[in-house]
Amino acid sequence: MSETETRENSSQTPTPASVAGPAGPSGQQDPSELIRPRSLTGNVLPKWFLPATAAVGVVVGFVISYLIGGQSVNYALWFVLAAIIYVLLSYLVTRQQLNKRKATDGLWRNLVYVAFVIALIPLISVIWSVVVDGFQGITHSSFWTQDMSQNAARTREQAIHEGEAPMGGGVLHAIIGSLLITLTATIISVPIGLLTSIYLVEYSRGGPLSRGITFFVDVMTGIPSIVAGLFGVAAMQTILVMGNQLGLWSYTAGNYSMGITAAIALCVLMIPVVVRTTEEMLRVVPNELREASYALGVRKWRTVLKVVIPTAISGIAAGVTLAIARVIGETAPILLTAGTLTRVNWDMFAGSMMSLPVYIYQTFRYPFGGPGELAYLSEQRAWGAALVLIMIVMTLNLIARIIANVFAPKKTGR
Amino acid sequence: MTTDSTDTRAQRRKSPKKPENALVSADRAGAGLDRGFAGLAKAAGIFILIILAFVAIFLSWNSVGALYQEEEGLIIGRFLSYAWPFALGTVVVAILALIMGAPIAIAVALYISHYAPPKASKTIGYIIDLLAAIPSVVYGAWGMFVLAPAMVPLYHWLSQWLYTWPEENLGWGIPFFAGSPGLGQNIFTASVVLAVMILPIISSVCREIFIQTPKLHEEAALALGATRWEMIKMAVFPFARPGIISGVMLGLGRALGETMAVVMVVSGLGFQLSIISPGNSTIPREIALNFGETGHGTERWHQLVALGLVLFVITLAVNMVARWIVSRHKEFSGAN
Repeated sequence: MSETETRENSSQTPTPASVAGPAGPSGQQDPSELIRPRSLTGNVLPKWFLPATAAVGVVVGFVISYLIGGQSVNYALWFVLAAIIYVLLSYLVTRQQLNKRKATDGLWRNLVYVAFVIALIPLISVIWSVVVDGFQGITHSSFWTQDMSQNAARTREQAIHEGEAPMGGGVLHAIIGSLLITLTATIISVPIGLLTSIYLVEYSRGGPLSRGITFFVDVMTGIPSIVAGLFGVAAMQTILVMGNQLGLWSYTAGNYSMGITAAIALCVLMIPVVVRTTEEMLRVVPNELREASYALGVRKWRTVLKVVIPTAISGIAAGVTLAIARVIGETAPILLTAGTLTRVNWDMFAGSMMSLPVYIYQTFRYPFGGPGELAYLSEQRAWGAALVLIMIVMTLNLIARIIANVFAPKKTGR
Repeated sequence: MTTDSTDTRAQRRKSPKKPENALVSADRAGAGLDRGFAGLAKAAGIFILIILAFVAIFLSWNSVGALYQEEEGLIIGRFLSYAWPFALGTVVVAILALIMGAPIAIAVALYISHYAPPKASKTIGYIIDLLAAIPSVVYGAWGMFVLAPAMVPLYHWLSQWLYTWPEENLGWGIPFFAGSPGLGQNIFTASVVLAVMILPIISSVCREIFIQTPKLHEEAALALGATRWEMIKMAVFPFARPGIISGVMLGLGRALGETMAVVMVVSGLGFQLSIISPGNSTIPREIALNFGETGHGTERWHQLVALGLVLFVITLAVNMVARWIVSRHKEFSGAN
């Protein structure tokens, strides 16, 4: 074993101090070898080995892909070949020069590195295409101030294309719709979710009801978003028909396409997230705080409202922000429930409502002015909308992180 | 201190009206409010159960119309012949995505927890977390405009060497790679997009659990002379197995239910064996494309809701299996 050799050698060789002493280095051995015996350094490959192997992989990969591709280089093929050559070559050389264990270690290290690079490529590509294509879209002032009601006709797009009209049409209606729907969903979900987690943490003592709630909240987390959309439609149709029969209004079941329907569908996706995060936050509130409050004769509900929640409020706020960030990007449920629209609609209870994700989908799939040479105008707006959506989601995530870090309660002395 | 508090208590007993503590003084309503608040919290919990029951009841109730019509009696066969291509497409796309995404996601998690320079690893982990938050419609747009055209050469190559060439020379080609790729808008591209989408999710779950590996286990392995990979194999993976499985299952659930990426990337409708030419569909795609245009109460409408129920049951089963595996492994993992 190399370990035992190492130990024996190091006990026999002189210490660095004696080497550096007035007697000077003994003439028989290289001084650097005395300080760091060969048995310690000998069992590794030189530092330039991996970069050199990588360079060989890149060059050989280029040559092969050049020959296969018939004088034109396919970058994906080049990358794949370079990676394969690098991994194999370094494994074989290490195995030949050192030993099998080191070679296996190096093989897996290289595979992990390559996997990381492979993972980065599409993720960077997504960000890159959204930022580059989207930036053009958001620089037009009309993007922020107009809806699409003027642009539904092909003639208008044609005029913009030929330079007879200024660039027009924007996402104002979609932004307003997204904010309204998400806000309504938040207003419904947060009290229900927060009260449920208060019940789970403060009131239940592990009874069947609390176990059932925990289990079914877990189940709810896994509900596909399209099923939540179906539920929103169904719930609203039931409510409308019932109200109709009771004489409250005269909607028919077909009039379900409203902002509030989308909000109901989003609640199904949002409530479990809120429950899970707030429950976690309430559980980390130290029990001493509750006991201190009870000792002062404060009732339980005031203890919860005045002591437990204020202590956990930063975590709760962060959790709610994350939940908002999750549902604001949902497309399928809103597409089913609130439909599409080309103008601003402030009324949650009447008529369809546009939202940012649905706008992106709709505009890419069915460009204003039809597919063909006019489609680029719609695509520009849609990439702009995608950039706005990503920025909203990222900002919400950052805010959540900042809230959680900055406003976190100071840890107790323990 | 002791005398103080006895004094206060005595005072209070003497004159209960006189307030000493702001918190107590406002608390006139007392036990009633206490009970009311407890009831409210309990009601919220029960309300969640009601919502879920409503989802299940509604889906099953409206699915009946797809299986039974008064004039025709049971029409299960018709529904099954309608539904199976979509169910199969959903499962195939999700599993392809998992095969491509999960190993890379685990490797990325391993890179962040054990290979990256310690200073960079936190930032990289945070960036990966942010990527999990990118809305699916953005991934769909990317798949439609960037990935699909880029994949076309690969599809030509696959079609040439796995279908056309063997068919000409051996008389039989693999049917999954038959046909012309067109613009690359097929379910294979969709599953690549899904793999990219579930990668950050699986990776962040795995990273959390990799980091929690007891330092003593790792150091013990290294001290016995293990290389880094042997240490990971002996100390990290056994500890993290339930976490890895639950992360992968989470990704599978997400891939099964994902709608927009598939809707935007795939074109064509009919079922076919080939995964590299336009066609095939998944349950969420079928619902999203047709639900808005289908009249309420028609047989087709009921069929779409029934498809939703099938999807719900499949994802539920995946989640249950994940939970069962995790709970089973927890007992034997030897962690803690």
